[in-house]
Amino acid sequence: MTDPIIKFDAVGKRFGSVTVLDGLDFEVAEGEKVTIIGPSGSGKSTILRILMTLESISDGVVYVGGEPLWHERKGGNFVPASESHLREMRRLLGMVFQSFNLFPHMTVLRNLTEAPVRVLGLSRAEARERGLELLDMVGLADQAKKFPHQLSGGQQQRVAIARALAMRPKIMLFDEPTSALDPELVGEVQAVIRQLAEEHDLTMLLVTHEMRFAREISDRVCFIDGGRIREEGAPEEFFTNPKEERTRDFLHAILADN
Amino acid sequence: MHWTEYLVPLGQGAWVTVQLTFWSTIFGAILSFAAGIGKLSGFAAIRWLSVSYIEIFRGTSLLVQLFWLYFALPIVGEMAGIDLRFSPVIVGILALSLNIGAYGAEVVRGSIQAVTRAQYEAARALNFTPRQTLFRIALPQAIPEMMPPFDNLAIQNLKDTALVSLITLGDLAFRAEQLRNFTQDSTTIFSLVLIMYFGMALVLTAMMRVLARMVGRWRQTGR
Ligand SMILES: Nc1ncnc2c1ncn2[C@@H]1O[C@H](COP(=O)(O)OP(=O)(O)OP(=O)(O)O)[C@@H](O)[C@H]1O
Ligand SMILES: [Mg+2]
Repeated sequence: MTDPIIKFDAVGKRFGSVTVLDGLDFEVAEGEKVTIIGPSGSGKSTILRILMTLESISDGVVYVGGEPLWHERKGGNFVPASESHLREMRRLLGMVFQSFNLFPHMTVLRNLTEAPVRVLGLSRAEARERGLELLDMVGLADQAKKFPHQLSGGQQQRVAIARALAMRPKIMLFDEPTSALDPELVGEVQAVIRQLAEEHDLTMLLVTHEMRFAREISDRVCFIDGGRIREEGAPEEFFTNPKEERTRDFLHAILADN
Repeated sequence: MHWTEYLVPLGQGAWVTVQLTFWSTIFGAILSFAAGIGKLSGFAAIRWLSVSYIEIFRGTSLLVQLFWLYFALPIVGEMAGIDLRFSPVIVGILALSLNIGAYGAEVVRGSIQAVTRAQYEAARALNFTPRQTLFRIALPQAIPEMMPPFDNLAIQNLKDTALVSLITLGDLAFRAEQLRNFTQDSTTIFSLVLIMYFGMALVLTAMMRVLARMVGRWRQTGR
């Protein structure tokens, strides 16, 4: 078996006196699509935010692509990562936020080309070509010149997915990508993510409350509670035959909601 | 003297006032951005410099600043062996710019900080440098928010120019006072002066509005 592309090794995360992650061990293989589910406040977003370097860790080591994310190797030791190390590591990752977070002052196309031009050093023409290709992929080729506020939530989220992909990450993080959407717009965003999962060898880490969607697209589902993974498994097994009491309770509650 | 004869000296004064307002608003805006961004800098020295400037010029009156720059600075310069005597125009523009810049800096800082955390996080996720994030993500969103308070500051600045007449600068207020001493016709003169200041304020606000529309164009496009 090859090395995991993501590995949390006894990772702790505290906000003041609140412990959110408590000795978390967690691995994702390259190309794997993993869904994280769990109650509100259980640390699902925190896991993604740590990977995107938006949140630091309190204990343990996180590895991405075999390299420590929040540490650098110095001699035989790990020292806290410098900004330049974080920059280097961030190239591997892309993130899609619950609230889209598009840049409101840029056109849709500009949202997709700005970082490739400024950060990756692509020429305008290259970036434009790449951007239009991606817009086409998410079904928004005709919206390139609009501003984000002129689009529906579902369209904005599809632009946000394209924006993250424009940086050619190896790992895509999705934090409840459809939670902020009106019910009738959820489908179009899920369709784009499903297509990504099926047609690309991207590694995907998804947080969602949509159990049916999780079941469809994941290779593995992880249930997190109290700062640790409580149960994990292939979706079929996980949803039809959960072993842990907590998992059953959670699934009951959430399926009753839906 | 017929009131129309007042218009020539008052017009000359108004022209000086316009120039004072124009230049000090421009330089003041530059200082606003420098100190407002400086206050958010990662470098302690720059932060400290910006805060000191802002606090000193907000904490003392424009009149005192004006007198200090005009009367005290040359003496300080003399002691240091440098010629720091400037013409009233230069001192006037300097004092007004420094003053408005200190207030404007707080507007700039506040507007930058009002850009949502989500925007900064999106920028970080896309690996923009802090500098790129400031200039390409934060400022373009912050600048339209600055325009209404900047409009107020520009009007304030226009009105503050009247103080420079106290260092013998021939602005509108100065000319009015000269005329009044000569003719004793306070009512007519000050009524004219009132209208002229008001007219200039209207033009200034109209200009700021055009500017506001330009920097906020992306927000006005309809669905
Ligand atoms: N910046 C912060 N400061 C303090 N506490 C925080 C911070 N960010 C998160 N927390 C806390 O950490 C815990 C986990 O948060 P997290 O956002 O990871 O939960 P989640 O599993 O994503 O929940 P949800 O389903 O509601 O999105 C919560 O109790 C939250 O209040
Ligand atoms: Mg969350």
